[in-house]
Amino acid sequence: MKTKSLYRILLTLLLAFWVSSAWAANTIKWSMQGDSLTLDPHAQNEGPTTMVSRQIYEALVTRGLDMSIGPQLATDWKATNPTTWVFNLRKDVTFHNGDKMTSEDVVFSLLRAQQPSSDFKEYISTITSVKALDEYTVEIQTKDPNPILLNQLSNIFVMSKKWAIENFAVVPQNWDAGQETFSATNAMGTGPFKITLREPNTKTVFKKNQKWWGEVQHNLDEIHLLPIANASTRVAALLSGELDIVTDAPVQDLDRIRSSGTHKVLSIEQMRTIFLGMDQAADKLRSGNTGDNPFKKKEVRQAFYQAIDIEAIKEKVMRGLSSPAGIITFPGVTGYTKELDERLPYDVAAAKQLLADAGYPDGFDIELRCPNDRYVNDEAICTAVVGMLGKIGVNVSLNAQTKSKHFKELKDNQGDFYMLGWGVPTLDSHYVFHYLYETDASWNKVNFSNAEVDAAIRVMEGEVDLGKRNAAIAKAWKIVKDDIAYLPLHHQVISWASKRNVDVPIRPNNEPLFRFSNKR
Amino acid sequence: MDSQRLTLLSRIKDSDIYFSFIKSPTAIVSSVILIIIFFCSFFVEFVAPFNPFDPSSLSLMEAFTPPSWSEKGMDKYILGTDGQGRDMLSTILYGSRISLIVGFSAILFSLLLGVTLGLTAGYFGGKYEMIVMRLTDVQLTVPSILMALLVDGIARGIISRELHDEMAIYVLIFAIGISEWPQFARVSRAATLVEKNKDYVSASTIIGVSNILIMFKHILPNIMRPVLVIGTIGLALAIIAESTLSFLGVGVPPTTPSLGTLIRIGNDFLFSGEWWITFFPAIFLVLLAFSINLLGDWMRDTLNPKLN
Repeated sequence: MKTKSLYRILLTLLLAFWVSSAWAANTIKWSMQGDSLTLDPHAQNEGPTTMVSRQIYEALVTRGLDMSIGPQLATDWKATNPTTWVFNLRKDVTFHNGDKMTSEDVVFSLLRAQQPSSDFKEYISTITSVKALDEYTVEIQTKDPNPILLNQLSNIFVMSKKWAIENFAVVPQNWDAGQETFSATNAMGTGPFKITLREPNTKTVFKKNQKWWGEVQHNLDEIHLLPIANASTRVAALLSGELDIVTDAPVQDLDRIRSSGTHKVLSIEQMRTIFLGMDQAADKLRSGNTGDNPFKKKEVRQAFYQAIDIEAIKEKVMRGLSSPAGIITFPGVTGYTKELDERLPYDVAAAKQLLADAGYPDGFDIELRCPNDRYVNDEAICTAVVGMLGKIGVNVSLNAQTKSKHFKELKDNQGDFYMLGWGVPTLDSHYVFHYLYETDASWNKVNFSNAEVDAAIRVMEGEVDLGKRNAAIAKAWKIVKDDIAYLPLHHQVISWASKRNVDVPIRPNNEPLFRFSNKR
Repeated sequence: MDSQRLTLLSRIKDSDIYFSFIKSPTAIVSSVILIIIFFCSFFVEFVAPFNPFDPSSLSLMEAFTPPSWSEKGMDKYILGTDGQGRDMLSTILYGSRISLIVGFSAILFSLLLGVTLGLTAGYFGGKYEMIVMRLTDVQLTVPSILMALLVDGIARGIISRELHDEMAIYVLIFAIGISEWPQFARVSRAATLVEKNKDYVSASTIIGVSNILIMFKHILPNIMRPVLVIGTIGLALAIIAESTLSFLGVGVPPTTPSLGTLIRIGNDFLFSGEWWITFFPAIFLVLLAFSINLLGDWMRDTLNPKLN
């Protein structure tokens, strides 16, 4: 009798082990250096934040693996006249709590994304009205004919209206003001995965949405997001088998990961340009010692530009994995040309001369603000820039901090001289101008203002004649490039490292789509 | 003058400390190493081949140069360069100066605090003694690194961000100093308890010497031996504590790297085969702490055999 019960216990234990190991086999443990800033789908327009939202929320249309626009929550759409679009919605979509998704939710989400506290309002600023024609039809009106409306809509996630009202999340979380809301740590979308655990900066657990409407092309049950800030710790965790995939493998460790035999590395040119911003409007720099603002003079901005040895940064800091940039956009975006992407030559003597011509022969003091967990080797790039500017006599103090503080203080107008990276999810130059160059735009922290550029942005928004529209884009790029409104550095190349048995297709916008991912 | 110096020299030569020193090879070797390190760190401007904090002398293209004896090494960079093209040897020497300054200042701070409290507690006794000694007991239950992290965190909250980089080094000295004082307080109190019942103290009390004078002029010199022994070993601990805090990223800012900061920076390159960026600062730290510890051990054996 006794041995029998012992056998029983052993058998149960064995079964439990077998079940749990089979269950664990379909969990992908994913890591990157920083976490999503918030789960509120409209509060922060930032890479990793969207990466996480993309798994749990869906939009009317979306980009597939090949980056082309296709249907998602809408099955089809047509423009009934140049400024009116009608979207027919899928009828079989439910939210994670089982509620049906209807046109009410779509209208609510689009209007929510237009609220002042939303960081996505620039995406859809041309939309003048959204209304539900019936339960599964939505009509969208734009101010002018908008050639890139679909591109813009692909980033506006749809959330449950009922859930938002019940949980006091009708308005997007005001992230810039440090607000905490229910929607910042909880989510109610229609996506292929749902959040079951959220510990910011520690662990986020996504579970497979069993009732998802689409055809399931993945074999995952769970995704665990485990952000690890330290690069070597992240790599060690990957190599020891604790992690399955790292979506920002440090460039210095790629050879080591490749040579492990059990891991693979995928690299692709990312749709993101890294640049430095210099505040040109302030009368006096906050961190300067000259009592005025040297950045008001183009000579100073050009001196900074020409003092930076971008090839050395590419070779030593990025280990060859970057391509030097002349403008803040990259191949594949409407308006990009090779000529625009040419840089001014690296020339220390010329830079010194320019600085002297501007009236600062002995340089000046300035603080450079940098994130240290956002872009590939961000802090190391900044440290290199500090050294290079030191050679023309500019005494730069580096303030490198975590991205949530960096972005918050930048939005709070605290930066004189800062690093930022910009991706173009719409693949159209308008997005860059609308956020970075337009007078008083939300990320225009260099306070650049030019009437001609503003006029060109209006043309980009309302012109359907592609020839005229492209001319406006080209003109705007030339103006901002000649003026050195920003100091472009390089287009980033990203590398994903994963175990051999984990297939997560790499995409140039650095967004993994786990619904197309498999773990064998 | 001459005869005076001679007598001083012969007095040293006659002393048991000198005798035990020349009989102890470990003491000689470790003090020679320490003298070299102290000299190089103190006169680093003249000793170091480069000034790693002068940006105009740096060349990013020479970053990640391996040590000079390896295949791709360059003769001018004996220990190679780091990711910013700084000469490793020079950065280590500059870094060790910061480590030593912080270590010495912190231990001096905790010595002053601990000995003052321990001496007065042992001398006066009563409720005051009880309060001080219970305080040391409480503090001894908190690991010193945790205490230092706590102080550092509070200081970060209080001090404005602009001043933080400048204040970082003082905060660090205070943080390490405050976490090490109970050792000094305990030892000096124990020694004071023994001393205060001796005849010379009673004699001083009878002829009306003030308490302060008795404590600091008569008792203090007699309890200095054990305190110095603890101080020497504490110095090694303080230097390691500084490195630990800097390694964790809460110590001195990366613009003025100490040994711990250097090891932290190099840690990122361990997997990519650039071992020298973290190896040499780490070896240097080991050498420094080990030498101080060996010297401290010898001092304990000679100055205060009772502690053994």
